[in-house]
Amino acid sequence: MLRTENLARPWLEPVNIRLPEGRIGVVMGRSGSGKTLLARAVVDLDPNGGEVWWKDVRRGAVPAPEWRRLVGYVPAESGWWADRVGEHFADGADVPELLEAVAMPADALEWPVSRLSSGERQRLALARALAARPEVLILDEPTSALDEATKECVEALLLRKRGEGMTLLVITHDPGQAERLGDVFWRIEKGRVEEAS
Amino acid sequence: MTAQASYIALGYWDVAASALFLFLAGVLTVVLKLGMARSLAMTAARMVAQLLAIGFVLKFIFSATNGWVTLAAAAVMTVFAAREVLNRQERRLAGWWRFGLGPSAMILTGALALIYALTLLLQPDPWYSPRYALPLFGMILGNSMNGVSLGLNEITRAIVREKAAIEARLLLGMTRWEALRPFAARALRTGMTPIMNAMAASGVISLPGMMTGQILSGVPPVEAVKYQLLIMFLIGGVVGLGVLAAVFASIGRLTDCRHRLRPDRLAD
Repeated sequence: MLRTENLARPWLEPVNIRLPEGRIGVVMGRSGSGKTLLARAVVDLDPNGGEVWWKDVRRGAVPAPEWRRLVGYVPAESGWWADRVGEHFADGADVPELLEAVAMPADALEWPVSRLSSGERQRLALARALAARPEVLILDEPTSALDEATKECVEALLLRKRGEGMTLLVITHDPGQAERLGDVFWRIEKGRVEEAS
Repeated sequence: MTAQASYIALGYWDVAASALFLFLAGVLTVVLKLGMARSLAMTAARMVAQLLAIGFVLKFIFSATNGWVTLAAAAVMTVFAAREVLNRQERRLAGWWRFGLGPSAMILTGALALIYALTLLLQPDPWYSPRYALPLFGMILGNSMNGVSLGLNEITRAIVREKAAIEARLLLGMTRWEALRPFAARALRTGMTPIMNAMAASGVISLPGMMTGQILSGVPPVEAVKYQLLIMFLIGGVVGLGVLAAVFASIGRLTDCRHRLRPDRLAD
C-alpha cells in the first residue's frame, strides 16, 4: 500500500491517502488546485513535511534516489537533457516493447529530441519511466497532448501494468479517463484532498 | 627616447605619440557620424588615469617592500575581483552565500597558487616582495575571476532554465551529483574555455602580453618564455581548481541532502 501521513507543504494541506497495491488511484481537481504539488511531494522533489510509506518502506528512512526508483513520477511536461531520444533510456531489453506499447516506432530512439511533438514527448517520457521499472508510478495528465487513438493505447498500457501488479496514481482532468482507469478516487480543491466516489 | 642598460625607456611624448592611430580612428568616427568619439575619448582618458594612478601606487608599494602593504594591495584587488564575479551573475545566490561561494573559490585557489609560486618556485627575497607578488596575483586573479564568473553563471542558469531536465534525471533515481553531471561539465567547459584558448593560441597566434613586455624590457626570449610558461601553468591550475570548486559548491548549495533542486536559494 502507498500511504501518506500528514504529507504537507505550502499550498497543500496535510494529506492522508491510502492506495492499495496493484490498484489505480485517480486524483482529480481544477488547474491550480495542488495536484502537481501533491505528486511532487510524494516523490520528494520539493521540501515537504509528513511521511510517505510504500509497503514497509518509510520514505525518510531511505535515500531519495532509492525512493524515486521505487516510486516513479512522470510530470505533465517532461524534461530532456541530451540531443537524441535513445540517450535518455537506460539499456533495457523491454525498451522496444514499451515503445510499441505507447505507439512509437522502434527507430524513435534515433530521433533528435528537438523533432518530437508534445504528444510524442509525453509518450516517450512514460516509456522512459516504465523502463526504469518502478513499483509505483505517478502520472500527471499522462494523455493531455494525445489524440483519442493514442490515448486509448496509453490507457490500455496502464491497465496492463496494473494487471502485472504495478500501483499507479493518475492525475487527470478527464472524468471519462478517471472512470475507465480508476479504482480509488480523490478530489483536490485549494490544496485540500478528499476521497471521492 | 633614451637607451638604458636593458630596455628602451619611453618619454611621455613617446607615449602621447603612440595615441596617433587611436586619435585618427576617433576622427574617422566623427567624420562618419558614428557617435562613438565621445565614448572612445572617455575610455582612453579613463585608461590613462587608471594606469598612471596604478603606476604611482605600485611605485609606492614597491619602495615600501612591507608584507602588510602587499597584503593590503592584494586585498583591494580581491575586493574588485569579487565584485566583478558578483556583477557577472545572471542569478545570484541568496544571502551571504553570494559573497561566500564564488569569490571564496577564486581567492582560496589564487592565494594558494601565489604562495606556492613565491615560496617554492621564484623565491624572491623577501618572499612577499610586491614586485613579484602583486603582478603574479593580478594575472592569476584576473583569469580566475573570468573563469569562476563564467562557470558559476552557467551552472546557476542551468539549474533555473533546465530544471525539468535535471528533475527528469533525479526521477530516474540518480543522485544530485549524477543528475547534474552534464550540466556541471558544461559549466566547467564554459569557465575553462578562455584560459584553454589562451594556452592554445600562445606562441602561435598571439605572443602573451607578459612575455612581450619582458622581451621589450631586454629579457632574453627563452627566459621570458620560461616565465610565461610558469604563469600560464599557475593560471591554468588556478582557473581549473577555482571553477571546479565554485561549480561543485554551487551544486551543493542549490540542491539538498534529499537530492532535490533548491532554486529557492537563489536571490529573486
